[in-house]
Amino acid sequence: MAELLSAGRTVRPVGGRTKTDWGGVGPAAEVELSTRKLGHLVAHNEGDLTAVLEAGVRLTDAQTAFADRGQRLSLDPPNPGGEATIGGVVATADSGPLRHGHGAVRDLILGVRIALPDGTVARAGSNVIKNVAGYDLAKLMCGALGTLGVVTEVTVRLHPLPAHTVTVAARGGDLGTLSQAAAALARLPLQLEALDLRWDGPAAGGALLARSAGRAPAEVAGIAATAAAAQGLEVTVTEDDDATWAEQRSRQRARDGEAVLRVSALATALAAVLGAAPSGVARAGLGLAWLRIPADAALVRRLRAELAPATCVLLDAPAELRAAVDPWGVDGPAVALARRVKQRFDPAGVCNPGIHVGGI
Amino acid sequence: MASESPPGASGAVAGAGANVAAALIGRFQKICGTEHVITHPHDLHAYRSDGLTHFQVMPAVAVLPNSAEEVQAVVRACHAARVPWVARGAGSGLSGGALPVADGVLLVLTRMNRILEVDLDNHLVVVEPGVTNTAVSAAVGPHFFYPPDPSSQTVCTIGGNVAENSGGAHCFKYGFTTNYVLGLDVVLTDGEMVTLGGHGEVDVPGYDLLGAFVGSEGTLGVATRITLRVIPTPEHTRTLVAFFGSVVAASAATSAVVAAGLTPCAIEMMDALSIAASEQMAHAGWPAEAGAALLVEFDGTLADCEAGFAELKAICVDTGSTQIRVARTAAERSVFWKMRKSAFPAAGRISGRYYVQDGVIPRTRLPEVMARVEELGAEHGLKVANVFHAGDGNLHPMVCYAGPDEAARAEKVATLILQACLDAGGSITGEHGVGVDKKGYMPRMFDEPDLAAFQKLRCAFDPDGLANPGKVMPTPRLCGEVPGPNRVHPLEAAGLAERF
Repeated sequence: MAELLSAGRTVRPVGGRTKTDWGGVGPAAEVELSTRKLGHLVAHNEGDLTAVLEAGVRLTDAQTAFADRGQRLSLDPPNPGGEATIGGVVATADSGPLRHGHGAVRDLILGVRIALPDGTVARAGSNVIKNVAGYDLAKLMCGALGTLGVVTEVTVRLHPLPAHTVTVAARGGDLGTLSQAAAALARLPLQLEALDLRWDGPAAGGALLARSAGRAPAEVAGIAATAAAAQGLEVTVTEDDDATWAEQRSRQRARDGEAVLRVSALATALAAVLGAAPSGVARAGLGLAWLRIPADAALVRRLRAELAPATCVLLDAPAELRAAVDPWGVDGPAVALARRVKQRFDPAGVCNPGIHVGGI
Repeated sequence: MASESPPGASGAVAGAGANVAAALIGRFQKICGTEHVITHPHDLHAYRSDGLTHFQVMPAVAVLPNSAEEVQAVVRACHAARVPWVARGAGSGLSGGALPVADGVLLVLTRMNRILEVDLDNHLVVVEPGVTNTAVSAAVGPHFFYPPDPSSQTVCTIGGNVAENSGGAHCFKYGFTTNYVLGLDVVLTDGEMVTLGGHGEVDVPGYDLLGAFVGSEGTLGVATRITLRVIPTPEHTRTLVAFFGSVVAASAATSAVVAAGLTPCAIEMMDALSIAASEQMAHAGWPAEAGAALLVEFDGTLADCEAGFAELKAICVDTGSTQIRVARTAAERSVFWKMRKSAFPAAGRISGRYYVQDGVIPRTRLPEVMARVEELGAEHGLKVANVFHAGDGNLHPMVCYAGPDEAARAEKVATLILQACLDAGGSITGEHGVGVDKKGYMPRMFDEPDLAAFQKLRCAFDPDGLANPGKVMPTPRLCGEVPGPNRVHPLEAAGLAERF
C-alpha cells in the first residue's frame, strides 16, 4: 500500500463506502485504494480490554466478536447497512451517542499503523492502554480523511459490555425547557453513558434522552427521571431501549435532498443551534449537534453566520452542494498549520487531495 | 532525509547560540522587566534540572514572562536569532523534559498562574499554563473536579501536564490529560499564535493537532492558554485495601476484577518492600507479613458504587486475599492513600538512592513480568521496591542502590526491566515521558520509519528545531546520558541523515 502511495498517482482510500460524500470535492483520484482485504481482527486481548484490528474490519463484525466475550468498542457511529469499517470511522472521526460517556475514537485509539506516501509503513502509539512514548500520530489520523497516509491497522481500548441499560426519555414542546433539563442532568454525578437531545420543531416538539449503564442502571435512571420531571417534562423509563438510540444515530445522516450540518458549539448554545433548523439531534453535554437541512448553499452560509462562533461542517451532502459551499467553513492559523503538516507527510499531495480544510 | 532533521539540534547551532542568547538578554529585559530575566549563575542554579536531578545543564538565561504576549515576544526574539529554548513549569517532571539547553533560553511559566474562566454550565475551565493541577480542581469544586491526578499534583503545572500528557492514579477509569484538554492557545516557534481545538467545543474542523500537541513534551511549541473539561464530582467513594501473599497473587486478583467487568477508579499495587517503607511514614498498621497490598477505589452513585464494591470484595476473597480492610471514614481512606503516595519518598528512607522506571505492560502479563523484575533484582544483588498502577499495567519499580558501584548495576537492572516490558508488548513510558531519560530507548520501541514519521510532525511545527531540542527523539549520545544501545541507522552511517 505504501509502495502504491509512493508511486506519485493520486489515491483515494475507501473502506465500506458509507461516508464517501464527506469533505471537499477535490480532483478525481487516479487510484482508488480499498481496505477491503485488510479484514482481519488481528487480536482481541480480552484480559487487557484491547484489540488490534486491520482497517478494513467492519465495525459490526468487530462488535459481534467483542460482544461474544462480554465486551465492546464503545463507539456507535451511525452505520446504516452495517458496512462502516474501523478504518473509515478513524478517518472520519465519526461518533454516536456513546461519545458522552466514552469519548470519541481519538479517546479510544491506542496505536496505529500507517502507510505513508514516502513508501514506508510507520507505527505510532502502542498496544497498551497507557503510553506516552513518541508523538500521538494515532490521534492525528482521527478525522484526517486519509489525507496524511492510509491507516492500515489500529489498536483500540475496549470496555465491558453493560449487562443492562435503562433509558429515560423526557418529552416536551419547549426547546428551552428541554435544554435546561439536559443541563441539569449533565451537572448531576450520574456517569451516564449517553445524554442526547432531539428536536423536530415547535409543533412536533422534542425529547431529552439519558441512558444509564453500570451496576445499578435502574437506580441511576430513577434519579435522572426525577430531575427531568422536575423541569415539567413528560417522562418515560425503558429498559434496553436500543430503538430510541438507533433513531438518534440515524438522524445524524441526511435523507434524500437533504444535507447534514455538524455543529460544534458550547453546550449552553444548543437551544439556539437546534432551534435554527427544522430538525436535529445533539450530544447535550458536549455541545455537538447534527442538523438536517435542505441542501441549499445559501442556507448553509446563513446558518454559519447565525451560529458563529460555533463551527458548522457540512457532512453527508450532495457533491453539488459541497462544491458550491466550502464544507469546512474555516480558515486561519490552525488551517495554515494543518497545511504544513500535510506538506511534511504528503509533499506530493497524492493522498485524497482537496478533501480537507483549506483544500488540503 | 537530511532535510527532515531540524538544524537547531546540531551542536554547531546550539553552540553558536551561546553568545546570541546573551545578546538577547537586553531584549528580554524590555519584554518581561529586568527582575524577570535571570542571568546570574547563582540564581540560575535552581533551574539546572527538573525532577530527574542527575541531568543538569545551565541555561544562558531564564525568562519569566507574565502573559501570552510576552511569551510570543520572547519566542520571536529567539526565532530571529535562532536560539533554542525550553519551556518549564514547576520542574517536577521525571524524564528531564524540562532540562535546559546549554546556552539556550529557559522559558519559565510559573508567573502565568491565573485561572482565566470557570464556566461550569459548559463543564470547562480556562487556565494559564503555570496553574497547578490541584488548583484546577479547587477552582471548580466541590461539585466538579479535574480527573488527571499525577502524584506531584500539588506542585506540577497544567502546562507541564499538557506537555507530558500526565496520568495519575485514577486514569484507569477517567483517562489522561489528553482526554480533558479541549483547546490550547499555542505559540509556535516562529512566534505565531494558533488555537488548537476549540474554546470548549469538540470536533472543531481540521486535523486533530490538539491531540498531536498534547504529550509532545514541549517540542512543538508552548501553550499559553488551556481549556480543560471538568466533570461532576462523584457523590460516593468506597476504598479498600486487600492483602495478598505475593505480588503475583495480587496481580491475578487485578485481572479477575477487570475480567468481571468492574471499572474501579483506581487499582494500585504495593509490594512488601514498599509497604514496609511507607509504614514508616504513614503508620497505617498494615500487616507486616503481607506480600502485597491492592488498593482499590470505586466511585459513582451510591447504588452503583455499593454494587461494584460488593462484587470486588467477593473477587478478592475468591482470589486468595488474606485480609481485606475497608475504609470506613474519610480519615481512613486518606491513610490508605498516604501509604500509596508515601511510597516514593519512603523508598528514599530505606535506600539512599533509587532508580525509578515507568514501564507499561499489558495487564495480563503482570504475574510473569513481576516475577522477572524480582529475579533481576536478585541476580544483581539489589532490592527492587514495587508500587504501581496495576489497573493500567504501569510499573514503577524502584531499584534501590547506594554508592557508585551499585549505581551502575541499578541502572542496568532498570534497563533490563524496561526491556522486559517491551518484550511483553508494552511501552517504555506510561506517564513520565521520554525527555532525555528515555530517548536512547526509543529505537527499542520504534523502528526507523516510525521515528521518521514523528520527525515529520516535529518539522511541520518547528522546522528550525528551536523548541526543546534534544528531547524525545534519540540522539548521538552525550556526556551524562543514560547509556543504552543507540543503534546507528544505515543512513546515518552513510552520512545521508542525522538524528537530533
